[in-house]
Amino acid sequence: MIALTFRNPATLPILASIMLTLLCLISLGVGAGGTSLADLWHASGDTEILAISRLPRTLAAVLAGAGLAIAGLIMQAIARNRFVEPATAGTAQSAELGILLVTILWPAAALGWKALAASLAAVTGTALFLMTAHRLPATQPYLVPLFGLVYGGVIGAAATFIAWQTDLLQYLSVWSNGDFSGVLRGRYELLWLGAILVAVAWLIADRLTIMALGRETSIGLGIDYARMLQIGLVIIAVISAVTVVVIGIIPFVGLVVPNLVSRLMGDNMRATLPATALSGAILVLGCDILGRLIRFPYEIPVGTVMGVVGAILFLFLLFRRHTDA
Amino acid sequence: MIRIEQVSLQYGAAEILKNVSLTIPKGGVTALIGPNGAGKSSLLSLISRLQSLQAGSITIDDLPVDTTPSREMAKKIAILRQDNQVGSRLTVKELVGFGRFPHNRGHVTQADADMVGEALKLFDLTDLAGRFLETLSGGQRQRALVAMAFCQDTDYLLLDEPLNNLDMYFSRELMRLLRWIADERGKTIVTVLHDINYGGGFSDRIIAMKHGQVVADGPPRELVTTETLRLIYGFDIPVTLIDGQPVALPFTK
Amino acid sequence: MHNRGLIILALSALACIVCFMTLGLRGNLAFVLELRLVRLAALVEVGIAIAISTVVFQTVTANRILTPSIMGIDALYVFGQILLVFLFGGLAYATLDARLKFFGEIVLLMTMACGLILPMLRARWDTGLMLLCGVVVGVLFRSLHSLLARLIDPNDYAVVQTGSFVNFNDVETDLVLIASLLTAAALAGIWRARHILDIVALGRDAAIGLGIEWRKTQIACLLLVCALVAVSTTLVGPVAFLGLLLVALSERIVKTRRHAVLIPATALVSIIVLVGGQTLFQHGLGNSSTLGVVIEFAGGVVFLILLWRGSRT
Repeated sequence: MIALTFRNPATLPILASIMLTLLCLISLGVGAGGTSLADLWHASGDTEILAISRLPRTLAAVLAGAGLAIAGLIMQAIARNRFVEPATAGTAQSAELGILLVTILWPAAALGWKALAASLAAVTGTALFLMTAHRLPATQPYLVPLFGLVYGGVIGAAATFIAWQTDLLQYLSVWSNGDFSGVLRGRYELLWLGAILVAVAWLIADRLTIMALGRETSIGLGIDYARMLQIGLVIIAVISAVTVVVIGIIPFVGLVVPNLVSRLMGDNMRATLPATALSGAILVLGCDILGRLIRFPYEIPVGTVMGVVGAILFLFLLFRRHTDA
Repeated sequence: MIRIEQVSLQYGAAEILKNVSLTIPKGGVTALIGPNGAGKSSLLSLISRLQSLQAGSITIDDLPVDTTPSREMAKKIAILRQDNQVGSRLTVKELVGFGRFPHNRGHVTQADADMVGEALKLFDLTDLAGRFLETLSGGQRQRALVAMAFCQDTDYLLLDEPLNNLDMYFSRELMRLLRWIADERGKTIVTVLHDINYGGGFSDRIIAMKHGQVVADGPPRELVTTETLRLIYGFDIPVTLIDGQPVALPFTK
Repeated sequence: MHNRGLIILALSALACIVCFMTLGLRGNLAFVLELRLVRLAALVEVGIAIAISTVVFQTVTANRILTPSIMGIDALYVFGQILLVFLFGGLAYATLDARLKFFGEIVLLMTMACGLILPMLRARWDTGLMLLCGVVVGVLFRSLHSLLARLIDPNDYAVVQTGSFVNFNDVETDLVLIASLLTAAALAGIWRARHILDIVALGRDAAIGLGIEWRKTQIACLLLVCALVAVSTTLVGPVAFLGLLLVALSERIVKTRRHAVLIPATALVSIIVLVGGQTLFQHGLGNSSTLGVVIEFAGGVVFLILLWRGSRT
């Protein structure tokens, strides 16, 4: 194994910041509108495009990526298993089911109400998963993510069935495959909620780290374990739900980013949280740009690109971990 | 003072603890011994509120363990569990530093840093401070966890089989340290031990449990006798005195 | 037949087939019957293919919750199809002889699947890791599939009929004949090897001790599984948890793991579920296209229960 670790905790965040800035610039310059960055610089291009579409889209990718990475980080701490994440363990699928139900029962609901319904469904679905996950034997670490994947699949199948019966399959595919191409000013701002929750996670980073050491250690250090579980659950669920409502499911971000950062920097969240958020933003924005470029001027949804990139990264992590052990 | 009154614990039909009453005054080292399944670990878990009480009451310095806010308790009592697996990728220093959490709630002061430095030195971990726990041997990890409990700087320190994974050198070192912490820092130490001779050598008092009850209680010289040990373990163990210290010799065929 | 369960299953399967053929007959009898016969043949083939491939796969991997679909083999097959279209273009692909194409795809699948699974079996990974890996590989190939689907011409895409959903309604009828030959050959081969499979089920060390050529047998079994997965996927699409559901159910009914009993039992249960379910959904519950989703849902739940119970013991 390459012993690549950053002794200086500032190294990775700085590198990540530089890279993210570059990606943001590229993202602002790439699009079917034909306005290049140079045009924007000389103010000769259509700055409207920038304000209405490209800036919101870039921000949305950054916010969604950072949020999903942190949600994954917290979920892994709570489940005490490195191979789970909200998008594949039933949280996102529950959110999807929640929006679907609210769309059927109350078609005219505003986005905010849909997000609320999605959050509630996500909390329920995730709580159920975590309750089960904690009862699975710790000696078989691969059982928990597997259980999560199939659990998510079953909830997804239920959603598909309902959508099929109610002729909403088209809608469902919008939520089940993340895509930034619909992001415009005024249609993504809900994602800032995710940023707020990331800030909350930063405030309680120490407690989250201790929580990952287990219930007994947490209680021993005077942490209200049950309360922390609830807070973590809400953060995970709301970030996932908001992302599903605005963008759709983006798989693997919450899985691979925390793992990669943990390899480099360890698991002390006070130190790793910024790097994790930044790396999540980089991954999502990078995949979105890739999706815009592969078949320019047509776009490939970020969910599809991430399905390939993320799965490869995940398999890499899996093989590496297995050969390490 | 830890006051345990009429505590019982049941899992389904299995009675783990039967009406246990004990007081452990402030100061000194108390060793908890007894055969496997006697209820020692359960008692420790109840005292340290890791498990909730079913019957009876436990107070520490008159604070009931089940109703006092957990945060307050964490400044009063620290516990080292038997299980020493740490899933997180933390360095030794980070882990030991988390022992300060009940005091600093994440805002590390110079005093905290000094305390961590002292703990690393005391437990011979200074050279390992930057290493990730997963790269350590079982014994090194065990020392790191004891150092973390020490850093919590509580009046009461409970340890569940702290000598697990330690070789003879570090076992003795740890027991000497515990003795030192009790004598010089005035802490109260309660530890589950499997080797009664460490109890005989380093503790002020030995409490023996069997089948969920206290069967013997007293200073080592009174307790470590062939009769008492037969009562606890059910076979004859010769005991000899070496430099005034009773030593049990269960090694004869 | 020594097993009463097997007789009951055979009779029920027969009843399902009769219902499927006769219920709600209307219009041109000859035409309708012929159409139904072809679809019946397809469903029966799918049932047998899924039954054998799942049982054999479980035997050779020494595990009861692994199935070819869970390990991503059918996703691999669908991906292989679209890969060919991507590489050669839709027109060239469409003008190829259907049977030739089918065989080409099967060979491609066999190569890819063996390249993927044999190393895992060699390294004796624990089940959990293999499962997780398989599921992720499945996700990867489904994502690659949809990625390629967006990269190729929409007209080309229409050439690749098998989508990402299982559908028992629109079976690919032109391949029924060749698929039935393949299925029959596999059935005959498996029947001859049924006692060997019982030994393989004892695990690697015991099997070698009893004189089995372990590697050869393992590879042969995997190749057979691939061919059968190709048959069922070509006809109805990827089935995910169906195989698992069928084998778990059959084992309950015949209460044995002996291949001579379990394989026919699973095949019969498959026919009952597929043909009976299709009849029921067509004539009773209206929307017949949802049978696939319902089966997947039930199969997923069964999988979770098996996983849960397996981890408890």
